[in-house]
Amino acid sequence: MTGDHHVILRVVAKVLIPIIALYGFYVHFHGEYSPGGGFQAGVILAVAVILYSLIFGIGPTMRSVTPGFARGLAAFGFLLYTGVGFAALMLGGNFLDYDALVDEPPGGHIGQHAGIIIIELGVLFAVAGSMVAIFYAFAGRVTEIRDEDW
Amino acid sequence: MSAVDGNLAVDLLSVTLLALLFVIAIAMATLRSMFAIVMLSGIYSLITATWFVVVDALDVAFTEASVGAGITTVLFLGAMLLTSRRAKAEQGAAKIVPLLVVIAVGAVLVYASIDLPGFGDPNSPANTHVGTEYLVRTKPEIGIPNVVTAVLASYRGFDTLGEVGVVFAAGLSVTLLLGFGERALSASVRQGRKDKDTPGEESD
Repeated sequence: MTGDHHVILRVVAKVLIPIIALYGFYVHFHGEYSPGGGFQAGVILAVAVILYSLIFGIGPTMRSVTPGFARGLAAFGFLLYTGVGFAALMLGGNFLDYDALVDEPPGGHIGQHAGIIIIELGVLFAVAGSMVAIFYAFAGRVTEIRDEDW
Repeated sequence: MSAVDGNLAVDLLSVTLLALLFVIAIAMATLRSMFAIVMLSGIYSLITATWFVVVDALDVAFTEASVGAGITTVLFLGAMLLTSRRAKAEQGAAKIVPLLVVIAVGAVLVYASIDLPGFGDPNSPANTHVGTEYLVRTKPEIGIPNVVTAVLASYRGFDTLGEVGVVFAAGLSVTLLLGFGERALSASVRQGRKDKDTPGEESD
């Protein structure tokens, strides 16, 4: 990416990328009340990283969000989800029975809320990590994207 | 497709969006430039997402917009960079057989759609059996307003675990097939250039 003709793109992206990431977290934590959840939030967070790499190059992106971190994040998300299932199992409920997570009187919803937020966090990590890892696998094979390639 | 209460504006919007989808699909089938096809597929997903909003499927629309129009387009672009920019024109039977298959499958689907219940029909199977059960039980049992999230994360938590496993397996497979990113061609080229530029600096 040489030349000055990308300067507007870079300036706009610098403002937009944090807002995209923030919106991803909003979609995640507001998923109980509005459309959206871990899947969409994970994709939006991955898009923030991918947009950065499209504009500033894959090299700086791989240095800040390393491919190893992306793969680890995906694995951690899947383990977190499974972990909630086994935690419920250990606490005397069924697999993924969130009511068993918190000791509360019948009719309480704290266990359900906590369970849903944690497994959605697992979905978020797994989706965001997988998407960034897939993008790195494709984009990492091209040495440098020249303008005339498009 | 058409609302049961006969809302004309919604019908017009649906027909317009579906007509746009049809035009884009024809354009994608006739174009040879890969870049244009990838861009059109992104637009196709975006219009599909808009149509999902028209039929009140907000969660699906959200997913279609972020996954279909966002990630998929970028991944197609990345894959396109590894191949040629133009598709080869089909020869002989390869030109006509896919068209016949598409027409046959389309005719079967249109014939099957005659038996589908109308959009929003209160007597349709989706609105009489398990659907209403979820609507009634979510508030007292889960206590969150978004029934879709309650079904996805709690009632059908096991299915969602499987979906997350599929996403993780997809990421793992692509990484294993195409290389680990930092060890791929570009990384070694960059690494070589960096070592040449800054001798003595420890490479990570």
